[in-house]
Amino acid sequence: MSVRRLAEDTVQPATFAFNKENAAWAKATINKYPKGREQSAVIPLLMRAQEQDGWVTKAAIESVADMLGMPYIRVLEVATFYTQFQLKPVGSRAHVQVCGTTPCMLRGAEDLIKVCKKKIAAEPFTLNEGGTLSWEEVECQGACVNAPMVMIFKDTFEDLTAERLEEIIDQFEAGKGAEVKPGPQIDRVYSAPIGGLTTLQVPQPEEKKSAVRASKSAGGDKAVSVPPSNAAKPKTASDVTNPTLKTPATAKKASARNAKIEGETADKSKPAKKPRVKR
Amino acid sequence: MAKLKVDGKEIEVPDHFTLLQACEEAGAEVPRFCFHERLSVAGNCRMCLIEVKGGPPKPAASCAMGVRDLRPGPNGEAPEVFTNTPMVKKAREGVMEFLLINHPLDCPICDQGGECDLQDQAMAFGIDSSRYQENKRAVEDKYIGPLVKTVMNRCIHCTRCVRFTTEVAGIAELGLIGRGEDAEITTYLEQAMTSELQGNVVDLCPVGALTSKPFAFTARPWELNKTESIDVMDAVGSAIRVDTRGREVMRIMPRVNEEINEEWISDKTRFIWDGLKTQRLDRPYVKKDGRLQPASWSEAFQAVKAAVAKTSGDKIGAIAGDLASVEEMYALKELISALGSQNLDCRQDGAALDPSLGRASYIFNPTIQGIESADALLIIGSNPRFEASVLNARIRKRYRMGNFPIAVIGEQSELRYGYEYLGAGTDTLAELVAGKAKFLATLKKAQRPLIIVGQGGLAGEGGAAVLANAAKLAVAIGAVSAEWNGFAVLHNAAARVGGLDLGFVPGEGGKSAAEMLAAMDVLFLLGADEIDLSRKKAGFTVYIGSHGDNGAHAADVILPGATYTEKSGTWVNTEGRVQIGNRAGFAPGEAREDWAIIRALSDVLGKKLPFDSLGELRAKLYAAHPHFAEVDALTAAGSDEIAALGQKAGEMAKSVFASPIKDFYLTNPIARASAVMAECSALARNNFKAAAE
Repeated sequence: MSVRRLAEDTVQPATFAFNKENAAWAKATINKYPKGREQSAVIPLLMRAQEQDGWVTKAAIESVADMLGMPYIRVLEVATFYTQFQLKPVGSRAHVQVCGTTPCMLRGAEDLIKVCKKKIAAEPFTLNEGGTLSWEEVECQGACVNAPMVMIFKDTFEDLTAERLEEIIDQFEAGKGAEVKPGPQIDRVYSAPIGGLTTLQVPQPEEKKSAVRASKSAGGDKAVSVPPSNAAKPKTASDVTNPTLKTPATAKKASARNAKIEGETADKSKPAKKPRVKR
Repeated sequence: MAKLKVDGKEIEVPDHFTLLQACEEAGAEVPRFCFHERLSVAGNCRMCLIEVKGGPPKPAASCAMGVRDLRPGPNGEAPEVFTNTPMVKKAREGVMEFLLINHPLDCPICDQGGECDLQDQAMAFGIDSSRYQENKRAVEDKYIGPLVKTVMNRCIHCTRCVRFTTEVAGIAELGLIGRGEDAEITTYLEQAMTSELQGNVVDLCPVGALTSKPFAFTARPWELNKTESIDVMDAVGSAIRVDTRGREVMRIMPRVNEEINEEWISDKTRFIWDGLKTQRLDRPYVKKDGRLQPASWSEAFQAVKAAVAKTSGDKIGAIAGDLASVEEMYALKELISALGSQNLDCRQDGAALDPSLGRASYIFNPTIQGIESADALLIIGSNPRFEASVLNARIRKRYRMGNFPIAVIGEQSELRYGYEYLGAGTDTLAELVAGKAKFLATLKKAQRPLIIVGQGGLAGEGGAAVLANAAKLAVAIGAVSAEWNGFAVLHNAAARVGGLDLGFVPGEGGKSAAEMLAAMDVLFLLGADEIDLSRKKAGFTVYIGSHGDNGAHAADVILPGATYTEKSGTWVNTEGRVQIGNRAGFAPGEAREDWAIIRALSDVLGKKLPFDSLGELRAKLYAAHPHFAEVDALTAAGSDEIAALGQKAGEMAKSVFASPIKDFYLTNPIARASAVMAECSALARNNFKAAAE
């Protein structure tokens, strides 16, 4: 980390305004907080401004300050405090955040940084010639199991090798970043073991037996699922073990009320729920 | 009250005390950097660590822990804290060592040297050497205005300056940007601070990061002579300390006076001192052949004598300026009376304040400290931010406590606190008096409402009616009672209340200041520079004062006087508090103390005044006006005087209240002679848009 300053005046746009959708979102976000506490919305608003422009401009800081009735210096304090706020322009197609914390470093993050230095710019926070790419080294992104990894915008690319990162950077450079599959770049599902499950496997012989039995009893050739046995379940009065209760119904209503306001997830193309892993 | 033991000594302190305060109460010294009595608690320097018995097995920051957070012992014993155990000693050494990791070793070239908290505490609580080999961090110096110099390498991030500007001064302009070792104190994009109290961050800074720019590299604190005195830049009468080296005033610092300025002073008070050296009148001048020419004292006196001899008493007048002390006004009044004249005035702006209405009609009755106990405020024709910056900080302090509705009639400007704007002038006041305005209900509901009447409303022809109507309003809303008098006249001239107390106003048939300009054959100006002398008709003018300003330019004879740091004098502040300022040095050249000039002149004019020393003068003064003898005391003025004044309320001439202070930094001859004030003034005029250095 180093001293963080606002970008040069030459690259600062003259004005900043949220687009229509973001403006509505910002208004709703500010309304979340009680009157007189509007400044609580400073971090979400700054983050949204960054998502809109790619980085936090001086005009954005002043605009957010005006929206929240805060002195400019207070917003500047926040913007300079959190390193997730980019205070200088970043690549328009990709800003590669390479994790350099211990697990990733042990698994080859230094090679990834070398790739970035070679393909993007020799120094972090520097744009490449076309202004399309930039990179920085960040602290742990929480994907240590799949180290080494990089984060580009909101997607993580894990289990990288130097070659794979080069390909990904090339794809983004070509404007086809959306085609790259996020997540592990090798043969594994999320952080499951490489090459399939190594534990919790259903033993082969028993699986065969039960399949035969099931098909026999049903009389068809389709496999029918067997309801789980309750044999080992403890007998308590708790709701958790009450077989009549399928879901925590009371929580559902509350969760409906807590439904996120429109536009909460910026990337609508992304499914809100991850698909279940098939066993 | 809470009982606790500090280093084995049992004491009882109020519940809201912090451990640090409790330790101080018990006589234990606790080092600190970020903690300040008048600011919020930050708890980020960690220097005030102490050991709490039975608490977690680690030292506790005493500034951030209250005595009510302590738990009693297992058998109900009083909780115990220690400030002198080996654990505390080690903790302090550790903190100090960490603070010094990045603190440069530039004490020999640091202006804070000799009065530096870090230096002192490193000596007292630190270890003797450093274990760090690494490079120290380097931080760019910031431009934060023409008054405060920054050397940011030295900053230890106590954030006292940030808290002061935000809380006391009311400007959210300083901030701590970045984080960790890259944290830096700065204003937004290095703009100049806009506060009139910004100089106080120099005193607050425990290290040499923020120092006085005008004072930079001029003197060391230990080579200065310190004289306790009283400020005359405004009518608040802040307690100051004048630091001199030889004859020269090197700087001015605040003193603590809880009843007036707490420990703040305005920038004008603090940075005026370069004006004490420039534009000085250091010898008498006499106008010969249309030009002022240097002369001797006897030549100057003879010229005055000749002029006085040519005219009669009713054609002689005297106007006292805003910085005059009571002694010289008394001497001048005696002289003018002896010459047979009633033409005296100390109200250059023509404010409609009249001692015959009673003392309560022209002083700040509720007192400055009383602002804190008020619960509603109406400001009429005043901009306290510029007219009395320190008093304005007190209003802001009350505002921050909450439940303090404020309304303003007059100029609509930034006052550093929120207020309801009612209107611009007499129309609004008349509505309020007639009971039509909405804010009236708030005032009536308040237990201790406060009405501040400024000179903006009182100057000019309609002033008397405004004063009477304000008094009527005060009575109507119940601001005047036996235990609370909320009728407050805010002055902006240090000499004004003293002059009114003396009766330095036109006697029977006497002329007011404005009339004197046109009608007098001989006019004495006692440092009167704020009056429009271009309207002066031909007439012999004697200027007694310290600076070559408006008054001196219009004079026929100049008698060089002393400034407030060069004489011992009495001033009465806007509350009616009598205070004596002390002489810190001597006036330059042939200049003399003003009372002595008047005494010598009286001899030449054949009306020898009956005193030969300041002591004798004061004896006469105290005999004639006993309340001047009650120095630093405050006697409440009669509240029935307000009621009587209110009875006189009549129709007000239509007018708009304008603050008498057009430029905060240039309100008196000393300020106009100061280069620092000129720079501040230019910056303020330019809306604080200065290019960073």
